[in-house]
Amino acid sequence: MSTVHPGLRAKRRKANLRTLGFLSPWLIGFSVFFAYPLISTVYFSFMKYDGFAPPTWVGLKNWTYVFSDYPFFWPALRNTLWLVLVMVSLRVLFGLGIGLLITKIKTGAGLFRTFFYLPYLAPPVAATMSFVFLLNPGTGPANTVLNALGLPEPGWFTDPSWSKPSLTLLALWGIGDLMVIFMAALLDVPKEQYEAAELDGAGPWHRFRFVTLPNISPIVLFAVITGVIATMQYYTEPLVAAKVASGVIGGSGQQFEPGYPDRTTLTVPQIVYNLGFQRFDTGAACVVALVLFALAMTFTAVLMRRRSGFMTAED
Amino acid sequence: MATTTGPTLTPLPSTLPEETGGARREARRRATLEWIAVHSLAIAAALFFLLPFVFVFLTAVMSSDQALTRELWPHTWEWGNFATVWNTPGFLTWWRNTLLYAGLGTVLAVGSSIPVAYALAKFRFRGRNLAMMLVIAMMMLPPQVVVVPMYLFWAKQLDLAGTLWPLIIPFAFGNAFTIFLLRQFLLTIPKEYTEAARIDGCSEFRTMVRIVLPMAKPAIAAVALFHFFYCWNDYFGPQIYASENPAAWTLSYGLESFKGAHQTDWNLTMAATVMIMAPVIVVFFFAQKAFIEGVTLTGVKG
Repeated sequence: MSTVHPGLRAKRRKANLRTLGFLSPWLIGFSVFFAYPLISTVYFSFMKYDGFAPPTWVGLKNWTYVFSDYPFFWPALRNTLWLVLVMVSLRVLFGLGIGLLITKIKTGAGLFRTFFYLPYLAPPVAATMSFVFLLNPGTGPANTVLNALGLPEPGWFTDPSWSKPSLTLLALWGIGDLMVIFMAALLDVPKEQYEAAELDGAGPWHRFRFVTLPNISPIVLFAVITGVIATMQYYTEPLVAAKVASGVIGGSGQQFEPGYPDRTTLTVPQIVYNLGFQRFDTGAACVVALVLFALAMTFTAVLMRRRSGFMTAED
Repeated sequence: MATTTGPTLTPLPSTLPEETGGARREARRRATLEWIAVHSLAIAAALFFLLPFVFVFLTAVMSSDQALTRELWPHTWEWGNFATVWNTPGFLTWWRNTLLYAGLGTVLAVGSSIPVAYALAKFRFRGRNLAMMLVIAMMMLPPQVVVVPMYLFWAKQLDLAGTLWPLIIPFAFGNAFTIFLLRQFLLTIPKEYTEAARIDGCSEFRTMVRIVLPMAKPAIAAVALFHFFYCWNDYFGPQIYASENPAAWTLSYGLESFKGAHQTDWNLTMAATVMIMAPVIVVFFFAQKAFIEGVTLTGVKG
C-alpha cells in the first residue's frame, strides 16, 4: 500500500465511507434481524426455556426430543417433502402449460391473461377459506357440480388422502406469477429458430423439445428453485385450511389439533409455531427452526451455484 | 382492461409461392382448427380460474339458510350481507391496521432499500459479491427460522407485543426482496449516465436521486406494489405479534377469526372474503403494468 499516492488513498477511504453510508440501513437490518436471531436460535436450541423462567442448559435434550419424541416432526417433514416434490413439479408443468396456451391465443389474449392472473392476487387466507368452502364435502359447489355430472365426491380437505391434493389444487389456481414469467420467456425465444426448425420438417413436439425447451430451461430451473423455497415457507394455506375444515377456527382457548386431518397438512414452519407459541417450548422450536434453516440454505446454495438467472452477470 | 397488451406470436407464413390453391385451403383449414382448439382450451382454463370467484360471490349474496344448501344460484340477493360484515365490530379496525402496516411498511421498506440497491448495483467495492449473497440468503430465509428470538426481543426487551410495530419497524432497515429486485433493475441502467453525472461533479447521492431514480420509476412502482400486497396478505406476522390484542388485528388475520365468530354463516364469511379480495383486484386493474413488470423482473435472466 505504501506505493499508493496519499491523495488516492484519501479518495479511496472517502469512497469506502460512502459505500458504508449507502449500505448502512441494510447492515443494521442484517445484524439485528438476521445474524443476531440466528445465533440466538442456535443458543436456545441447547436451552430449556419457557419464556418466563431463566433459560437453563440442557445439552442435546431438545434435539433428541424433536427427532424421537415430538409426534409432529416427522409427519411435518414428510408433508413438506411431498409438497416440494408434487406441488412444485405440478405448478411448474401447469404454469408452463398455461404460459404456452396464452402465447398461442390470438383472440382476447389480454382478457384471458387477466383471468388466469387474478387468483394469484387473492390474499392467501381469503383464497384458502374460499377453497375450503368450495370443496366442502357436504354442500360445497365443487361436489355439487361433480354430483350433477355423476362423478364421485371426494372429502377434499377433510380426507387425509385428499388434503394435500386439495392444497395442490389451491396452489395451481394461484399460478398467475409463473404464467407471466413463462410467457415472457416464451416470447423471447427467437422466431428464426422456429422457422428454421419448421423448414427442417420439425413437428410441434420436436419444435417444443428442441427449440422451446432449451431456450427457456433457465426459467424452468428458476421456477423450480423459487417454488422449492416458497414451499419451505408454506404456512398460511395449510394452517388456515386445517383450522377451517376441522371446524375449529378463531376464538382463543379452543383446542386445535395441528395438521387436520390426521397430521396430513402439517408443514415444518407450522411446527415451529406449535412448539414455540402454543407449547412454549422455545428450545425445541429453535431445533426445528434450525432444521428449516438447513433445508432452505441447501436449496439456496444450489441456486447460487447454478445462477439460474438470479445473479445478473457482474458488469 | 388488458385487451391491447396481450402477447401474440406472428403466425408463420402459411403459404409458399409455389403452393397450389388446394394446399392453401388445407393450411387455412388447419389454422382454423388450431384456433378453435386453442380457444376451447383457454375457455376451459378460464373456467377453472374464474368459477371459484363466481361461486364465492354468489354465496356472499345468499341468505344464511341457502348458503348451507346445495343450490348454487341465490333465491334472493342479500346485498345487506356486505353491510353486516362492514358493521361487524372490529372490521374497520382491521382495515385501518392493514392500511397502516402495508402503507407505512412499504414506504419504509422501499425508502431504505433504494440506497442499498444503488450501492450494490453501481459501486465497486470489496465484499460486494458477499453482500449480494447475504441479501439472497436473507430473502430465502423462512421467517419462522428467526421468529422465536425475534419475538422474545420485541416482547421482552421492547414490550411491543400486541402491536404492529414489530412488523413495521424492521422495514426501516431495508427489505432483502426489495433490495434484490431494485438492484437487478438498476444494473440495466447504462453506466454512462452515472459517469457523466460524476464528471460534472455531482455527488453520488444527488446522482442517485436526480438521475437514476427517475429512470427507475417503473421498477420502484412494481416493488412498492409487491411489498404492499406482501403486507396486505401477511398472516404469520400478525399472528405472532398481534394475535393477543384484537385491536391490532389485520384483515388477513381477522378474516379467520371472523369465520370463528360466524361458525355456520358461510354467506357472511364469503362476503367478508369478497371484501378483502376486492381492493386487490381493483388495484390490479389500475396498476396492471406495474404488476406484470414486477413479476417479469423476478424472472429475468442474466
